[in-house]
Amino acid sequence: MSNTIIRVENLSKAYQLGEFSTGTLSRDISRKWAMMRGKEDPYLKIGETNDRTSQGVSDIVWSLKDLSFDIEQGDAIGIIGRNGAGKSTLLKVLSRVTTPTTGSIKVKGRIASLLEVGTGFHPELTGKENIFLNGAILGMRKAEIKKHFDAIVEFAGVERYIDTPVKRYSSGMYVRLAFAVAAHLESEILIVDEVLAVGDAEFQKKCLGKMNDVSKKEGRTVLFVSHNMASISNLCTKSILLKHGMLQDFDETGVIIDRYIRSGKENQAQVMGDAINVNKTCSRANFEALRMVSGTRGITSNFGINEEISIEFEYEILEDNAKVYPSIHLLDSMGTCILSTFNGPSASLVFDEYFGKPLKRGIYKSVCKIPPYFLNTKNYSISAFLVPESMDDLGIAEQVLSFAVEETGEMRKEYTGEWWGLIRPMLAWKTDKL
Amino acid sequence: MSLDTTQEKWDLEIKPQSTLFDLHLKDVWNYRDLLWLLVRRDFVSFYKQTIFGPLWFFIQPIFTTVIFTFIFSNLAKISTEGAPPALFYMAGNVAWNYFSDGLNKTSTVFRDNANIFGKVYFPRLIMPLSIIFSNLVKFGIQFLLFLLLLAYYMFTGFNIHPNWCILLFPIVIILMAILGLGLGLIITAMTTKYRDLTFLVTFGVQLLMYATPIIYPLSSAPEKYRTIIAFNPLSGLIETFRYGFLGTGEFYPLALAYSVVASLVIFLLGLIVFNKVERNFVDTI
Repeated sequence: MSNTIIRVENLSKAYQLGEFSTGTLSRDISRKWAMMRGKEDPYLKIGETNDRTSQGVSDIVWSLKDLSFDIEQGDAIGIIGRNGAGKSTLLKVLSRVTTPTTGSIKVKGRIASLLEVGTGFHPELTGKENIFLNGAILGMRKAEIKKHFDAIVEFAGVERYIDTPVKRYSSGMYVRLAFAVAAHLESEILIVDEVLAVGDAEFQKKCLGKMNDVSKKEGRTVLFVSHNMASISNLCTKSILLKHGMLQDFDETGVIIDRYIRSGKENQAQVMGDAINVNKTCSRANFEALRMVSGTRGITSNFGINEEISIEFEYEILEDNAKVYPSIHLLDSMGTCILSTFNGPSASLVFDEYFGKPLKRGIYKSVCKIPPYFLNTKNYSISAFLVPESMDDLGIAEQVLSFAVEETGEMRKEYTGEWWGLIRPMLAWKTDKL
Repeated sequence: MSLDTTQEKWDLEIKPQSTLFDLHLKDVWNYRDLLWLLVRRDFVSFYKQTIFGPLWFFIQPIFTTVIFTFIFSNLAKISTEGAPPALFYMAGNVAWNYFSDGLNKTSTVFRDNANIFGKVYFPRLIMPLSIIFSNLVKFGIQFLLFLLLLAYYMFTGFNIHPNWCILLFPIVIILMAILGLGLGLIITAMTTKYRDLTFLVTFGVQLLMYATPIIYPLSSAPEKYRTIIAFNPLSGLIETFRYGFLGTGEFYPLALAYSVVASLVIFLLGLIVFNKVERNFVDTI
């Protein structure tokens, strides 16, 4: 007997786009007829990937395609992927809300799923009544709920309001109560969707702590979906990476998060030549290429918070002896300039020998490096400037590059909530007793 | 890893298709606590923040009975087979309400609960069952009203003779429940995809009342329509119910037998259809 508690085999799930039926009754009927004879649905086209950014040929998308994996008992598994990668569908199929189109899932023990906080809460009922109702909806027997009742109330911290209808609860109390019920389920497997996004930081920490207990102390299996890499890296030992409904990788969480960050492609990591959207041209120099490079992974627009970011700036000097300096602005996603920098000796950590010299005609490359642990986990963009010494006749290319900095779990050992600020530099802290 | 894979014991297997008759009834049994809690929820939330509370369940049958008595008995002069008209209509009304409420509410169960069904699994059948049971509570209260009226008429010496058929009462109620549930399940399963039918249900149920001997006794229906009315499985149930308590009119054993068979068939059909649709309806609703 192996330790496998969930076995997923060739799991696929197809969804109909747009209209819920094939569009016409006659096609509906021909499809039914084909299915009745045990044939495949003629309107399902296998082999198309589910990429929401490009228009597919058929109306059917494969939200999940051919997933196979085994989950061991007691593991905490993170499920990672971009929006539309199939995370929620996978959870829905696992928690039996909907059925797979093909393939199968085999499970040992009971599954309790928490796809939403407070499913089935009735506003008119009191906290106590809702604990029982919600617990039962999640699959608990009445006796089990009774057994855990005090713990639930205590965890939620709503003793005073337990006989008040939940419609009078604050939203925070409501969420706390709802999570408390789910956290005390006695199932062997707990599936949690991104529900921790609600509630305050303190409560989020409490929830994560509880889920940690569930998996590590009680030896139960947890499946956890989140966009918050901080929570995933703290809670999950292994993770699944989904992309376009397919299993990309199943490995240690650190490895997966690293791969997830690399897989981003929506940002602009490199622009060259005519593709550069120049707002204003400089008569003495031309933008040639701009790109963002990671030291280990080459051109990318997704960086881990622990990575050094190199911005490579190529430009052509059009007349001899021109003194032109490259400069960049770093902007946040709202377009606010966070910093501006150029290669002047007094403004650069390293000496750039080309600075201040009249340049010969030709193509030059300047590289600016942003250190690791400097930016926050946000989206940023970069504007590039070619600045002649006279300061007139600027070449301007606004927001030509964009990139994202993502959580890798570093700097997150103590605090997992939202981190304020446009940048997140690691600074020197020291406390003395006075 | 190679050998034990085939011998492993799985508690649950999630597959695309299951056989038509796999109704997960064991699962339903496991969730019986939920059923009671839902019934309780329906009942409690009904009278929360009201002054009269469950007394409101009385209002509807009283008013309907008064109006029916006035229109059908005083104005239209339809026979009640010698029974006091108020009692006759109350009997028909209370019984009919149980059926029609059950049907109306179960026929939209997928749509009404789409949100909760989309978020958590429990045997879907629990929901319609809870509707039938909470209606049973309501019916019980209204039935009490009927018994009070019955007692009143008996004391004042009216021509009422409760008889052995009263023993069939529980069966009649169960049959009405499963008939309403069965029809409701079929309708809700059919309306997840094509909603057209929903519009038919509301007034269809209203019309069905006139095709059921509620405001008239079966015996007073013209001969040529009587067989048609008897095709309605409700007819046998209502007639038996009224005969048992009032002792007026007739007992039609054949009609009752037919009702039993028809109700069971519809119920089973409803279960199968519902069970087939519940697996994937979240994707289409």
